[in-house]
Amino acid sequence: MPSNEVIQGLGLDDYKFGFVTDSEPVFRTRPGLDADIVRQISARKDEPEWMLKRRLKALRIYESKPMPQWGGDLSELQETLDQTYFYVKPQEQMERSWDDVPENIKETFERLGIPEAERRILAGVGAQYDSEMVYHSLKEEWEARGVIFDSIEDGLRNHPELFRKHFGTVIPAADNKFAALNSAVWSGGSFVYIPPGVQLETPLQAYFRVNQERLGQFERTLIIADEGSRAHYIEGCTAPVYSTDSFHSGVIEIVVNRDAFFRYTTIQNWSNNMYNLVTQRALVQQGAHMEWLDGNLGSKLTMKYPSCYLMGEGAHGEIMSIAYAGDGQHQDTGGKVIHVAPNTSSSIVSKSISKGTGRSSYRGLCKVYDGAANAKSNVECDALLINETSRTDTFPYIEIDEQTASVGHEATVSKVGDEQLFYLMSRGMDEAEAMALIVRGFIEPIAKELPLEYAVELNRLIELEMEGSVG
Amino acid sequence: MNDRPILHVTGLRARVADEDSDILNGVDLAMRRGQIHAIMGPNGSGKSTLAKVIAGHPAYEATAGSVAFQGEDLLEMEPDERAQAGVFMAFQYPVAIPGVSIANFLRTALQARLEDGEELDLFDFQELLMERMELLDMEPSFAQRHVNDGFSGGEKKRNEILQMAVLKPALAVMDETDSGLDIDALRIVAHGVNTLKAENPDMSVLLITHYQRMLNYITPDVVHVMVKGRIVESGGPEVALGLEERGYEQYRRMQVA
Repeated sequence: MPSNEVIQGLGLDDYKFGFVTDSEPVFRTRPGLDADIVRQISARKDEPEWMLKRRLKALRIYESKPMPQWGGDLSELQETLDQTYFYVKPQEQMERSWDDVPENIKETFERLGIPEAERRILAGVGAQYDSEMVYHSLKEEWEARGVIFDSIEDGLRNHPELFRKHFGTVIPAADNKFAALNSAVWSGGSFVYIPPGVQLETPLQAYFRVNQERLGQFERTLIIADEGSRAHYIEGCTAPVYSTDSFHSGVIEIVVNRDAFFRYTTIQNWSNNMYNLVTQRALVQQGAHMEWLDGNLGSKLTMKYPSCYLMGEGAHGEIMSIAYAGDGQHQDTGGKVIHVAPNTSSSIVSKSISKGTGRSSYRGLCKVYDGAANAKSNVECDALLINETSRTDTFPYIEIDEQTASVGHEATVSKVGDEQLFYLMSRGMDEAEAMALIVRGFIEPIAKELPLEYAVELNRLIELEMEGSVG
Repeated sequence: MNDRPILHVTGLRARVADEDSDILNGVDLAMRRGQIHAIMGPNGSGKSTLAKVIAGHPAYEATAGSVAFQGEDLLEMEPDERAQAGVFMAFQYPVAIPGVSIANFLRTALQARLEDGEELDLFDFQELLMERMELLDMEPSFAQRHVNDGFSGGEKKRNEILQMAVLKPALAVMDETDSGLDIDALRIVAHGVNTLKAENPDMSVLLITHYQRMLNYITPDVVHVMVKGRIVESGGPEVALGLEERGYEQYRRMQVA
């Protein structure tokens, strides 16, 4: 069909947020990683002794664990890690108000459309620029209600007992190689505490951005939703293009206490030379409800499987994810639901799109332990292939040790059909517009769960991705 | 000026791309602005192929002849360019677009007609859509359903007619060939065409149908009979009545000769 040259000629396939603002870091460690660097990071943050010990122990675990041999291709990762700056501190102190944010950083946010988003929603905005929070505002009302929404560093400093009680309990350093790495060098991220019974209508939003070449970003987030509370946390990020490989390895720990409701939404759009290896997990207690809403675009390789450990009776977990794999990209994503207690329920809905030579894999685990009577789980994964060269795989792991459990799994693979394209084009849309509309329809069941401006941004990113993808 | 045909097909030969023989074997057809032409023919006569070639279906290729629309060479245009020039084809079997509401679909189609940088005003669009649905006696909630997803035959036709009403083409090609349209679906199409035609007498309609019964609801100016990829007879509505009495057999024999 038509006019591929024309579309490609527009050069819209370039990474949209591939600009670099000129910001000189105040301090950074030398490339590579050893105990000395871990000590420097801890000293810079003025941390208590126990945290330094934890970091050093995590480093030893990291060094002792082999590179994973499953999922995506990590064979060139070590080379990247050797060149990575494990800690970069762009500014000396945290900013509290928008006026205090330096101009060049504002400019970056402006180009990402952040001030507008902020004006519109105006909830609390914690924005992470490089490894530190530079901008962090929180509605006064929330403070009055006892909600804590801090940088992870401030969480440790200002709420040491609460912090220490939960830190590393959901995802211990020994969980996997990259959780260990994060536990050794973590920097930046959020600390959130929602007191019992507090229900937040407006979402908590963090926006962060990796802006330092070869900067490894190891954000660490710890969230505790106490009994009967209700909240929604949104994190979106986008990174600029660099020639060398970058690396991002976050750890997100969430505790959802009895009868609480928590939703964690992420839209990640990394530049396509980024390794994105993230561990995110929630412990869901009796009668509590946890939802992960996860959108993964960009990166060279993403390995990310949000999980819900359903620990208490009647706990419910949901994982909804969208993955978009463009040329040369591999999205190895999915979810894990672990049923430990009776009458727990879960659902995973995963939608992936592969374009060009892109590859998306669904990798999921549903485990039901003996004694988790009447556990129910349903998994649905749908893959959409744009081109002949696109690829998708499904790796569903199901382990059931409980007779009364009921588990369903459904997978579909579809291709954008010539008849669909012709139908839309016969109504006046060009091929790229038609393709984008089909893709938007495909992800609609998940996109409709997003706050409006995130859904709009997601649609816009997909439109840009579809330009030049056609043919 | 008005004498120039809005659609002028001359010596058109066409086939399914990559196949060896033509399905259309030299079609000649001239429609004037505002006319309704019906093309009738037995299964496999090529009448639906003609509709698809006019709309630009990528599975078909023209091997000879020309198709001019308002003086422009349609065969040189992409399907979206043809649509923007004012050609609309109502599909016989429209496909489903899961997750895309009819309203969103139409908004995207209208937005595509605007210059780069121009934004369709959402309130204007909403108003237009409601006004069009009212004209066709449709429930507003219909526009919120996903395009053809799980639609009955009648709902698919309703959706095609609504699109036609919103996009306001200069030429509507109604591809109804061989479809077992029930009486409801038939009425939906006929009511839609007649309503839109009454509103805009300049709209031209090319009605492709196997059965004469469609012409009980829509009165054509000209009826063509197509057999084996050629138009073998053209005339007034009486041609269709003759067909009903004697069937296509007479033309088959004619072709052999």
